[in-house]
Amino acid sequence: MESNPSTPPKIVCFMCNWAFCEEELHVPYNVNIVRVMCIGRMDPTLVLETFANGADGVMLAGCKPPDCHFIDGNLHAERAVKMLKKLLALTGLGANRLELLLTSPIESKDFGSYAKVFSEEIWKLGESPLKKDELASMIRVNVDAAKNAASAFRLRVLLGREEELTEFLNAYGEKIPEEEFDALLDEVVKAEFIRYKIHHLTRANPRSVKELAEAVGIKPSAVLRHITNMRRKGMIALERVEGNTPLYRALEVR
Amino acid sequence: MGESKVGAVLVVGGGVAGIQAALDLADSGFKVYLADQSPSIGGVMAQLDKTFPTNDCSMCILAPKLVAAGRHPNITLITNSEVVGLNGEAGNFEVKIRKRSRYINEDKCNGCGLCAQKCPVEAIDTYNKGLTDRSAVYVEFPQAVPLRFKIDREKCIGCRTCQEVCKANAVEYYQKDSEVILNVGSIILAPGFEPFDARLKSEYGYGRYQNVVTSIEFERILSASGPYGGIVLRPSDGEIPRKIAFVQCVGSRDAQLGNNYCSAACCMYSIKEAIIAKEHVPTKLECTIFYMDIRAYGKEFDAYYKRAKEEYGIQFVRSRVASITEDQSTGNLFVHYVGEDETPRIEEFDMIILSTGMQPPKDVEKLAKVLGIKLNKYRFCETGAFTPLETSKPGIYVCGAFSSPKDIPESVAQASAAASKAMAIIAPERGKLVTVKEAPPEIDVGQEEPRIGVFICHCGINIGGIVRVPEVVEYAKKLPNVVYAEDNLYTCSDDTQKRIREKIKEHNLNRVVVASCTPRTHEPLFRETVREAGLNPYLFEMANIRDQCSWVHMHEPEEATEKAKDLVRSVVAKARLLKPLKNPTVKVTPVGLVIGGGVSGMTAALELANQGFEVHLVEREKELGGHLKKIYYVLEGEDPQEYLRRLVKAVMEHERIHVYLGASVVEVNGFVGNFKSKILHNGEEKQVEHGIVIVATGATEYKPKEYLYGEDTRVLTQHELEEKLAEGKFNAKKVVMIQCVGARNEERPNCARICCGQAIKNALKIKELNPDADVYVLYKDVRSYGFKEEYYREAAAKGVLFISYSDEKKPKVTNESGKLKLAFWEPVLKQEIQMEPDIVVLSAATIPNPDNKRIAEMLKVPLTKDGFFLEAHMKLRPVDFQTDGVFLCGMAHSPKFIEESISQACAAAARAATILSKKELEMEGIVANVDEDLCSGCRICEYLCPYGAIEMKEKDGKLVAHVIEALCKGCGVCGTACPTKAIILGHFTTEEILAQVRAVLKEMEAIAA
Repeated sequence: MESNPSTPPKIVCFMCNWAFCEEELHVPYNVNIVRVMCIGRMDPTLVLETFANGADGVMLAGCKPPDCHFIDGNLHAERAVKMLKKLLALTGLGANRLELLLTSPIESKDFGSYAKVFSEEIWKLGESPLKKDELASMIRVNVDAAKNAASAFRLRVLLGREEELTEFLNAYGEKIPEEEFDALLDEVVKAEFIRYKIHHLTRANPRSVKELAEAVGIKPSAVLRHITNMRRKGMIALERVEGNTPLYRALEVR
Repeated sequence: MGESKVGAVLVVGGGVAGIQAALDLADSGFKVYLADQSPSIGGVMAQLDKTFPTNDCSMCILAPKLVAAGRHPNITLITNSEVVGLNGEAGNFEVKIRKRSRYINEDKCNGCGLCAQKCPVEAIDTYNKGLTDRSAVYVEFPQAVPLRFKIDREKCIGCRTCQEVCKANAVEYYQKDSEVILNVGSIILAPGFEPFDARLKSEYGYGRYQNVVTSIEFERILSASGPYGGIVLRPSDGEIPRKIAFVQCVGSRDAQLGNNYCSAACCMYSIKEAIIAKEHVPTKLECTIFYMDIRAYGKEFDAYYKRAKEEYGIQFVRSRVASITEDQSTGNLFVHYVGEDETPRIEEFDMIILSTGMQPPKDVEKLAKVLGIKLNKYRFCETGAFTPLETSKPGIYVCGAFSSPKDIPESVAQASAAASKAMAIIAPERGKLVTVKEAPPEIDVGQEEPRIGVFICHCGINIGGIVRVPEVVEYAKKLPNVVYAEDNLYTCSDDTQKRIREKIKEHNLNRVVVASCTPRTHEPLFRETVREAGLNPYLFEMANIRDQCSWVHMHEPEEATEKAKDLVRSVVAKARLLKPLKNPTVKVTPVGLVIGGGVSGMTAALELANQGFEVHLVEREKELGGHLKKIYYVLEGEDPQEYLRRLVKAVMEHERIHVYLGASVVEVNGFVGNFKSKILHNGEEKQVEHGIVIVATGATEYKPKEYLYGEDTRVLTQHELEEKLAEGKFNAKKVVMIQCVGARNEERPNCARICCGQAIKNALKIKELNPDADVYVLYKDVRSYGFKEEYYREAAAKGVLFISYSDEKKPKVTNESGKLKLAFWEPVLKQEIQMEPDIVVLSAATIPNPDNKRIAEMLKVPLTKDGFFLEAHMKLRPVDFQTDGVFLCGMAHSPKFIEESISQACAAAARAATILSKKELEMEGIVANVDEDLCSGCRICEYLCPYGAIEMKEKDGKLVAHVIEALCKGCGVCGTACPTKAIILGHFTTEEILAQVRAVLKEMEAIAA
């Protein structure tokens, strides 16, 4: 892996409208800022789309708690980033290509220097694997799967309810310990990512459990179990049997 | 005491046995509470794919019963519950039941399933034995009754999503467990069994090797509604196996585990699973069954076993498997066993199914303690040899696998039997706590243009996986007179019944068509549904797009879809012409006629009499007792002769039983509720009127032609030996018993069931009298099923030698100049052994009563190929005949032990009570009708009618045919033959059939025109 390409990495920074003064934004020329009203606006799928479009790194910059112009958008962003990092790790892009920077507008930090540090970090990591021929196609499948997972009702419900469940009380008047919720999130992120990956891989050509296991990098038994669940949810169907091997094809997800 | 009795019964356990008991009680005028631990009823049978020996789809035959129990006005389901307290005594109990919270309001939930679709949390799907997942809010299976969701509190994170999406406001996170107190007269226990935990048999690797599964997991794997969609796959890699093995007796017949009993059903279910697996695997599949003895002892079971070997090529290997190991790289498995030639062998398989035995249900000690009943040493319910239905506490009865491991038909028969016991002690309270279901008044649709609603079933993936159902719906919408069409995941489910009723109202439907499975199982259900919506039940018709379409064309989805359209089109065309029909009602004579005065007949008579009905009991011999007269011992130790004396006394002294000895029934006329029969007694014919008939004609011992029987007095049958033993005339030192004489051969392919038990019983008796006597038992399979296994082990321990023989190498008995000689093949030593036994005892088959043929013809009921009576359905109607009002029990059905005959006799009485308890019966409305003006009085119809349902009546000076509606079965033969076409068969008129024919042959435009 060429660790230090000659061209600087392409970095997109989503920035809260209120987090920094204009004069603080002495960012390197390879960092481009996209303004949002609040960093809490950052839908996980937007970040994944940004990577899909060729970003080598993504920064989210917002306000440090308790100072949020919109009360607590920054906390939502924290939770979204936590989930995104799990997904990014699964895609092969790596969790550290994404960074959330929360600074206090009152303390007024030099954003430019943060951006420079992040840019250098990414430079060290090298360009996005999506640009490397030998990896691009598989990583593209992964990013696509991650996007779909991030759009899935199941994950969005968990993300949307995390604060309610872990900081306040759930429907039974209990508070769910953060570690417990995080473990559940881990499990669901992984399951949804794998299922959408299987879905993606079986769209064009039907595939067997063994082929999918190899492509996804998990045990065939785990693939089979995901397929049973995907059948239940109408995501996949048996296409045909070749020899003693059943081949599955993705169904259009409604 | 002094408290009044209560006309209500609590049934604990909602499996097929509990459901059957509940239905029989509720249909006989008692209020029933049906309690189950699970959130829905159905038990283990709901998890099975197919059932032996008919290969019926398990859920298909169970679902109508689930729905019937769910909608019965006199059955209250108390699901998700456990019994926690009991007060009072027989006739008047107070039971405390804890209902665990569902977190869903049962009255509000309509089963729409939106909550489950949206639930973000997955949990292990226990209904599918953990092979897949479900959501944290769930129903066990789509046809669940009641179709009410439940939150899995262990898994639910309380995210409130289900509450947000539930349109019915049914989610109640704060719902607490509640307690109800029930006042009942008697209690029936039917808690079923728990499959043995195969992990305890660690040498078989279950839980470590993914491709080792249990039999119940394999049922789910085989099922079209299961996790793999009905294709057999290896859990390790999703490949279709080429070679699978079944390992028998896992957790049964195992002294190490302390499970010294046989689980009774596993041999047959493994054979069935092997057969079905071969059918469900598109490629070639080799199946091997490793067994100790194949215990195919039930009715027609050996024929099934034979088919498995000969037609399906299933391999049977007699060996107890020592261990199983795995090839980690392939997931394949090695079975280590000792072959029949005593050499150790290893064979490789792709997948292994462990035939796990039955264990008592979980928490059974708790239940026993609360109720104060005794358990046996294996923690099953304790019962007596002649009181198979009674627990140790009066007023509490038991049925199904909880009393001893057993299969479905025996559980169902016992369930009816327990119902008989439960109702007898509260007989005077019959009808006091029940409500009569009032259907809404029937809407007159006579003059209306047909407005047809079509409901098309996916049957899970049975139909929907092949036929493009939505396309058929769109097609149906365009058919003439169809004003509404929709598709359903399961049209038979409880919620769809509600939907159909709603749609009838919403669209003013006056005809309904369901395109799904077979009308034979599901028509009554849908008819009742349309009736509940105010339509005449005959304004309904079914198209069978499963058995006749998706199942037969599973590899041609295009053609199947087109054919489904054809079938729907033709049935819609018929439906346009459907006319309302009336169900005739007939009065019931509350009297029973029992044919046969053996233990079964006497028991049945006594049960009916105890329930308050008068009974005529007809016995051919000069005294009561039948076969039982010849039985002097039973394995369990009780005294059968003492029991017989008590039974005869009770029957003779009962004021409601009329006994006819040395008599026979010579003529049976009439029909359910209204029979008139002639009894020949003391040279006189006496006419009796009765509402039902119970056939209990027993069976006889085969008189062997084999092994010098009849030529040498030293060759005896088991009965003859038993008599000698009882009379103290036995003094032989060396005894050889030969099993399967006259059974399991070309002439009589089936097992005679009781002879293994008889042989063990007599062998033990010989050892008791003379421990030094040598006893050899030459057998094909030792079929000491259930708890009788214990006595087999005892006999072996006491030195009785059991040696197997095969048809190829049968033992030889000769008389060499006065010496009785016997030669047999010793399979372990591989040599022929010669000996000089003092006596040779033949375990002669039990064969049908020679009088069966005459009785069958008289009652117009069928016999099996073997000559026993054939019940209405081998699985779920074990003591009914297809002919209404006629029942069977005991050895007339097939050979059986005393306690089994007693159970069946009680069952027949309970089934009979569902008729005798009613003042009048509603009959089938599809009957023939005579146009008296056209009738020429030629009497051809009278001659042809196989049911005697046509009589000639005078009208305006001429004789015309008249249909006795209660007797008419609706076959239509009379009308077909009528020279003047004066007879019309309702629901299948010529016009209706022709409309269907035209529609099936023509394009839809042509019909519309």
